[in-house]
Amino acid sequence: MKLSSEVIQKMMHSVKMTREHELDCGQCYDELDQFVELELSGKNAAEALPLVQEHLDICGACREEYQALLNALKAIME
Amino acid sequence: MQMRTNSEWLDDLHGPDQDQAIEDLRKVLKRGLIYSLSSRIKTDLETQVEDFVQDAILRILDKLDTFRGESRFTTWAQKVAVRVAFTELRRQRWKDISLEDLLPEDSGDYTPPALADPGPDTEKRATQTIFTEMIETMLEEDLTERQRTAMMAIMKGGMPLEEVARRMDTNRNALYKLLHDARKQMRKSLLEKGLTPQEVIEAFEAQ
Repeated sequence: MKLSSEVIQKMMHSVKMTREHELDCGQCYDELDQFVELELSGKNAAEALPLVQEHLDICGACREEYQALLNALKAIME
Repeated sequence: MQMRTNSEWLDDLHGPDQDQAIEDLRKVLKRGLIYSLSSRIKTDLETQVEDFVQDAILRILDKLDTFRGESRFTTWAQKVAVRVAFTELRRQRWKDISLEDLLPEDSGDYTPPALADPGPDTEKRATQTIFTEMIETMLEEDLTERQRTAMMAIMKGGMPLEEVARRMDTNRNALYKLLHDARKQMRKSLLEKGLTPQEVIEAFEAQ
């Protein structure tokens, strides 16, 4: 196995963000609608639901869906 | 379109006004998805979104009982539609790629740290070489084969979690747990060597 500097840095960033207890993707998904609404109403979603924020920081797939949901809701609100 | 409270949505989707409620929901979901996917889908956006919305509505009707009322109903429904769309888009994007294709044995994209950046001084290059070998050994010796495969498919191959999970005969949640355990193990292994992830990151940062 050969690792590039980029992969090592990516891996180390994910290790650095690792917490003893983390939500899995399903648990994050369950709270995502609430998280996004807090954000859209100008509240501090990360402070209110810190475990969701931590999961989004570490999970690219959930982060992508969160961003898409946020954009979709902005379109509906227009 | 009629404005509804959460309970009105639930009543209408269950009751005699179901057809109208579904039609209204379809419009909401379509508008949201078109906007959020327009940068990602370059051809047949409307047709693809209509398919996603159709699948999402079936799933929403099936899962109505799981709506906990912690957000607006349309927010929850849009979340389901986004999940449906991304699952399909990822499946299409990665459909012809196996884990073996993604992670061939010692494939050629490796650039030794010493050659990657001619700038760093000799000491920094030596540290990078030592850390690279240390992490390669850590992956080989401290992780299970499944942890190593999943970690490399995501970190090196860039494959989304659910697609890796599908290829490893597991699901997204279980794979996340597997990777969480792998990250914890790597953090522990680093600590045993007296290192933090930050120190390794800094060793590879450009000067």
